[in-house]
This record gives sequence, structure tokens and C-alpha cells, in this order.
Amino acid sequence: MQVLRALKLYKSDLSRRDFIKKTVKLGAGLTLAVSLPSAPEALLNPAFLGVSSAENPINAFVSIGLDNSVKVIIKHIDFGQGTFTGLATILAEEMDAAWDQIVCEFAPSDKTRYANLLSGAQMTGGSTAIANSYIQMREAGASARQMLIDAAAAKWDVPREQIIVKQGILSHSNGLNATFGELSQLAAMQPLPEKVSLKDSGNFSLIGKAGLSRKDLGKSDGTAIFTQDFKMDGLMTAVVAHPPRFGATVASFDTKRALGLPGVIEVVEIPSGVAVLADTFWSAIGGRDALDIDWDTSSAMEDGSVELMRRYKEAARGDGAIAKKIGDNLRGFAEADIIVEAEYEFPFLAHASMEPMNCVARLSSEGIEMWYGCQGPTMDQYAVASALDIQPDKVKINTLFAGGSFGRRANKDSDFAVEAALIAKTVKSDSPIKLVWTREDDMRSGYFRPMYFHKMRAGLNAQGKIVAWEHKIIGQSITSGTAFEAKAIKNGVDRSSVEGALELPYDFENVSVQLKTMEAQVPVLWWRSVGSSHTAHAVETFMDQLSHAAGLDPLQFRLMHLGDDQRFAGVLDLVADKADWNNDRSGGRIKGIAVHKSFGTYVAQVADMEETKAGKYCVKKVVCAVDCGLVINPDIVKAQMEGGIGFGLSPTLMSAVTIEKGRVVETNFDSHRVLRMKDMPNIETHIVSSSEPPTGVGEPATPVISPAVANALFAKTQVVQSRLPLNLDV
Amino acid sequence: MAFDITINGKAQKVEARPDTPLLWVLRDHMQLTGTKFGCGIAQCGACTVHLDGKPVRSCVLPLRAIAGKEVVTIEGLQSKEGRAIQAAWEELSVAQCGYCQSGQIMAAAALLADIQEPSDNDIDAAMSGNICRCCTYQRVRHGIKSASKKMNSKVAKSDASIEGAQVV
Repeated sequence: MQVLRALKLYKSDLSRRDFIKKTVKLGAGLTLAVSLPSAPEALLNPAFLGVSSAENPINAFVSIGLDNSVKVIIKHIDFGQGTFTGLATILAEEMDAAWDQIVCEFAPSDKTRYANLLSGAQMTGGSTAIANSYIQMREAGASARQMLIDAAAAKWDVPREQIIVKQGILSHSNGLNATFGELSQLAAMQPLPEKVSLKDSGNFSLIGKAGLSRKDLGKSDGTAIFTQDFKMDGLMTAVVAHPPRFGATVASFDTKRALGLPGVIEVVEIPSGVAVLADTFWSAIGGRDALDIDWDTSSAMEDGSVELMRRYKEAARGDGAIAKKIGDNLRGFAEADIIVEAEYEFPFLAHASMEPMNCVARLSSEGIEMWYGCQGPTMDQYAVASALDIQPDKVKINTLFAGGSFGRRANKDSDFAVEAALIAKTVKSDSPIKLVWTREDDMRSGYFRPMYFHKMRAGLNAQGKIVAWEHKIIGQSITSGTAFEAKAIKNGVDRSSVEGALELPYDFENVSVQLKTMEAQVPVLWWRSVGSSHTAHAVETFMDQLSHAAGLDPLQFRLMHLGDDQRFAGVLDLVADKADWNNDRSGGRIKGIAVHKSFGTYVAQVADMEETKAGKYCVKKVVCAVDCGLVINPDIVKAQMEGGIGFGLSPTLMSAVTIEKGRVVETNFDSHRVLRMKDMPNIETHIVSSSEPPTGVGEPATPVISPAVANALFAKTQVVQSRLPLNLDV
Repeated sequence: MAFDITINGKAQKVEARPDTPLLWVLRDHMQLTGTKFGCGIAQCGACTVHLDGKPVRSCVLPLRAIAGKEVVTIEGLQSKEGRAIQAAWEELSVAQCGYCQSGQIMAAAALLADIQEPSDNDIDAAMSGNICRCCTYQRVRHGIKSASKKMNSKVAKSDASIEGAQVV
């Protein structure tokens, strides 16, 4: 497969990652040798990306306008997690720019300049946007600052050491001063510095500051442009009739009725179904409804969730591939006073972002140009190039704001981007196309968080200490058969299936974690927090069952089992203190606690529940403590904790995708229930002060809430719920 | 077929099939793309606009049903409640991905026009039809309360200054 070969060319920059870690640990101001990429041609071309001829590109990440605006080029998509603001803050800090002069723009697709330094590809994911950019954006800002100083020194004929930069203005004690804008042309002509000095963190004025105005503008007045809103002359709207079952294909179809409808321009067959092109969405939908398609279901999925879960449970009886082994569980169980067992069933989950998938594509003799909420430009470039049989550099992707993703847009098959490209290629017309999926298309497409079955067994000694820990995970692999397989699967273990079950906060003497990977025809994908979305629930609810069996308080039980990493204790202590864990159970309040680390960030939560009627419960409040290292923007950290908890509450309380005979049952928000205003608890977030390197906040709040809620319910009812979503009517 | 509707205060003639939902009239015929498509079955509220001042889900409202009526979209939101809501949204950084926020803002503005000081229950009732998958609900709630407080304190202030004027 061409994509696979091409993706293998990615180099993960490990030496650089180590370097970043070391550098950030130092904390103090230091001088670094840098090799920052220069501004790309795209930025130098005024017609591209809205760059006006009055702008002066300084390096790949910043361009200064004659109007004194400082344009920060953002290499990570912003679909709500705040990368525009976060990355711009870091750059502006080192540049000594005034916050008001900062504007942001998405980077063009160009992995030589804009690769995620942790993966080698240009992509957003794994809560890495800040973590991998922290030093790079500081270097870019410091380098730009230095070039401005060089420009001023040359213009004023003064030693560069005597020039002061503050709030976007350079000045000299002899009374000379100039704005960034005034010096921008001269600055752009300076050579890129080979060394830059970074600030001491004690001198930060933007990083860590509360109340900076956000830079992802246009979201309160309808002016932000999402893919759906992108306009272009001659743009045709495309909708696709997809197979009703996984594995089905088009056998034959009749277009006569559809083509007879006003507004319908063309009907074409593509590998993923039949596409109808029309002047408007409503005409296209009318055309699609009028299609007469025979589906070939000979290879279609025959079974569904129930049958799969039955197979998973059977598989759990045997051994799986060893994901982790410490000590000797046989001995541990032999020494145990009490043995506790548990089983957990996790359903398929849909990302169900508010904006269903869509994509604008224009084919030309030059290649293809695309506009959409793109999460992985490099992988999409390779996949589209492979589908069109052209070179990846002929695929030009322009990233737009996206209406959520939660993992969906970083599609391992680049499904909707490839679909759009193939429609553009197949149509007779030269016109650009806008592929629009309906909610039902989006829900039926699959790419769900896999369904899993977990089987757990642990032994407690007379002192209430865990002396044996056995954890079996059964489910589909996300990365098997994809370009990510080589990196993710080792010795039959897909890391993404077991992450969160391996690096436990707890120091157990004897541990066995096993994985049994199952085959099924359901397309599966990472979903906000990936493996942790199920492993954290299993581990943390099992801890409460064990603490109950040991007759110990769940918080104390956790603290007595913690390993050397003090940051777990840090978030547990903070959350316990703020939630008044040890005292307040007044007013019928029921509390549950959970802690988990994902993507380098530590989160502990206390869910506070109320019995609204006899046997009926609701989540009233969640107290959350987070340690994400150095905080770039405290308000965004809080927003991500609030949003991450809300997102995790949907599958805790109500969301699940069921498959019957290869067909998705819940296809819209009437049957696929998600959290609404009335269900949202009050969330209180507390941040651990830290000078550790910054880690991500987009995902780590999500996996902690379901065990916190389940533990609160368990504390009250002593009934172990083995299935998600939980039943709150017990 | 041609229909007469008023959009954001402007009388418009729309040439479209009578069953075309208002959402697609706005987006594809009027090029007003601030109103968003989320579900198509009035379950998510991303397409909320005001019809004769009331919040409606434009994705299920056929063009033929709105002839002669007044439509206000996010682009034309000028009411004092609307402006107060938008200001509160900016101040509290409510939006995350932002896709549902036009709908949230239209629903919130209509709520404030209806109830000056909405309670938590009022907010639950008026806003639970608007899904936000980023789950910005907490800030949406605070935004509504903050806008309500500001509007009411402004009213109180202007009352006070009138009283003050009378005393002088």
C-alpha cells in the first residue's frame, strides 16, 4: 500500500523530544542553537492564505504586517481546545509582542515546516499541541525578536544590547523608538539567528496569565468559517448514499429519477457509494432520496453488538497476549486473604461532533486543493495522493475551523477526505465540490471507539494491600492493518487498546495485563482519550470495589497503594481537600473519587451525586484537580476540564452505539442520546502549580469522570455496575 | 416558486422549492452561513433562528410555512438581549469549537427576551434543546446569568439616573 510505505518515512524526532524535556526542566533563561524553518513559499505568495503584500514573513511561524499586526502561524488545528490562543501566547511571550496585535492563521500543509515534533507528521492529536510546540514556539518568538533588534540596531546605528523590546515596541535610551510594524520589512531581511536566548520563566508576562482575550474569533457572531460555510464560485454540493450495512457495496443503481429533479447536476459511483451532485444541499438530498440502489450484501456484516460481546466474553476465558507482567500473580493470589473479581462491558461510542464530516475539493492539472477541518494534513495528503495516484505534494490542504472532532477527523483511512477527492475526480464537471454528510451519514460511518470487555481479578492480604492484579482486555484493535500498526503494535499488543491499564498510579507487587485482539467488521478509531476511555474506568472502579472489600476509605486505599510518582498524590490531595472528601456528606450527597494519568497529565475528580427521588440519582457537582505541568493559559485548562468531563459524562450516563446485523441503530440525536444542559453538573477545577514541562489538556479529563460517578453510586448502593452507560435509576 | 420573507429586517424574494427548510434557504440561497446544520431533525438546536421573535429550529421549518414572517439569524441579531449575550460569550470565552454557538446564542437571547432573570430551571428548559458536544454548558449558563445581571443593572442604573434628574 502506497500510504503505508509513505507513512513509514515519518521520522519521530526522539532526540529532539529528549532535548525538549531537558530544556524545559532547566526552567531558567538559556541560549539555544536553533534551526528554525524559514517562511514557506505559501506565506511569501500574497495570494495565499490571505497574506497581504504588506506582510513581512519573519520565519515559518510569524509574519509582521506594516499595520503592526503580528500574524502567528498555527500548525495545529483548533477545534475548540484553544491552540490558536495557546500557541500564540507562547510565541508572543518570547517576542515581547503586545497581545492585542496578535492574529492567528492555520499553517499550510507542509510537514517539512509544520510537523508535530512528537510524531514527525503534521497532525494534531494525543493532546500534544502545546507539549510539542512549547520550545519551538518560544524559539520562533525569540528569533523574531532578535531579528527586530538586529533591524533596529542597523537602522539606528546603535549597539543591539542597548535596545529594549516591550509590548511590541523597540526603544533606545537616546529616545528612538519604533513599532514591530515599522521595522518589519527590515527585520524580514535579517538572517535567521543561529542562536536565541529564551526568557527565564520568572519573567513571563503572558504565559500563565489569566484573562487573555481568545484568538479563535468569530464564534460569537457567526462569522467563523467552517467547511460548511466555505464559498467558492461554481461549488457543487455532493451528498453520498452509503451502504446501509458495514461491508455492503453498490450492486447496481438507477439514476433516472434523481437526474430528473431540478438542481441535480450529476450522479456518480465512487468506492464508498453513490454521490449526487447538485446546486444546493436540499436538491442533492432530494436527488439522493430518489436514487434506486441495489446493495450487494454478500460480504456485509451479519452480526452485531450482542453477538460480538458474547464472543468477547468467551475469549476472555483464555489467555491473551502479555501486555505487562510484574512479579508472580500465582504466588500473589495464593497469599491473598480475599480475592475480588469484576467484569466490565463497554459499548461502541460515536464521536458525534456537532459538525458532521465534510470537505471541499478542487481538482486541477496542478493536483488537488482541499479546504476542511483537517486534523492530520500529512496523513490525509498521502491517502488522497494514493487514491488519486498523484504525488503527496500535489495535495494542498487548507485547514479551516472544525466543529469538533474528538478523534474523528484524524482518520486512519482519511475516509471523508478521500471520498471528497474521489468525487472531484469522478465528476465530469470541472467544478469544485463540497461533500456534505448528514448526521445519519456521520453516525452510520462507524469509526467508533471499539467495544471492549474487561475481566479483572485481584487479591488483598490481611492488611488490605493488593498482592495480585490481573487485568484482561478484549476488543478490536484500532491500529491493526493501518500505517500506524508498526509503531503501535508490539508482540501482539496494540498499545492503544491497553494504555491506561499499564502505567498504573499504583505500585503492585504482582501484575498481569493481557490483551486479546478480536476481529470485527466495524470500523474503529481513537476517541477522546483513546485507551484510557475504558481502561481508566475498569481500573478505578475496581479499586473502589477492592477498597470496599478491604474496609478502607477509597482515598486512603489509593494513597496507600501509590508508587513513587508524587504527582498522583498531588492531584488526589488537592481534589480531596477542595471537595471536602473527608467530611462533607451532608444533604444526602454521595461522593466518588477517581484518578488517572493520560498524555502526561494527571487528573483526579470527585463526583458529587444526589438522590433526587428514592433510587434515582443525578450528578450535581464535579471537583477536578489537574496537574499538566507549566500552565500556558489557566482559563483554557479549566475550559478543557469542564468540556472533557461533560464529554465523558455522555457515555457514563446515556450514550452508546449499538450494531444489529451490521447496521448502526442510533443514527441521530433522537436515539443517540448525549449530555444536554439539564444534565450538566457544576464543575470546579483546581490546577496544581508546577514548573514541569507543559502537557496536554484536551483529553485527560474525559476518562476520569465515569469511574468517579460509578464509585459514588457504588458507595451508596454497593451494587457493582458492570456495564456502561450506568443505570442511575437503581 | 417565489416566496416573500423578511430576513434580518430586509424583505427578500426567495426562489426555491416550497419544502426547502429555512436552514438551507439561509445557507444556500441567502449565503447566510452563521446558522449551522447539526442534525436535520430539530434535535440539536445548531440551526436556531428567531421567527417573529421566537426561537425555532430552522432545519425542519419549510419555506412555505414562513412566507410573510420575520426571520432573524445570528448575522442580524441586534436586540439588546442578543448583544448582551454575545458580550458575555466573549467575556467568559464560552465557545470551544464554536459550531453550535450561533444556535446557543439565538436560544439564549430569546430566553432573556422572555424572562429577564432566568432561574437555573428556566435555563435548563430553554437551553436543553441545544446540544454542545464540547459541553460548554457551564459557561453557557454563566453567560446567560451574566448577561441578565448586566442588562438588569443597566436598567436599574438608567432608572436611578432618571430619578436623580427628577430630584434636581
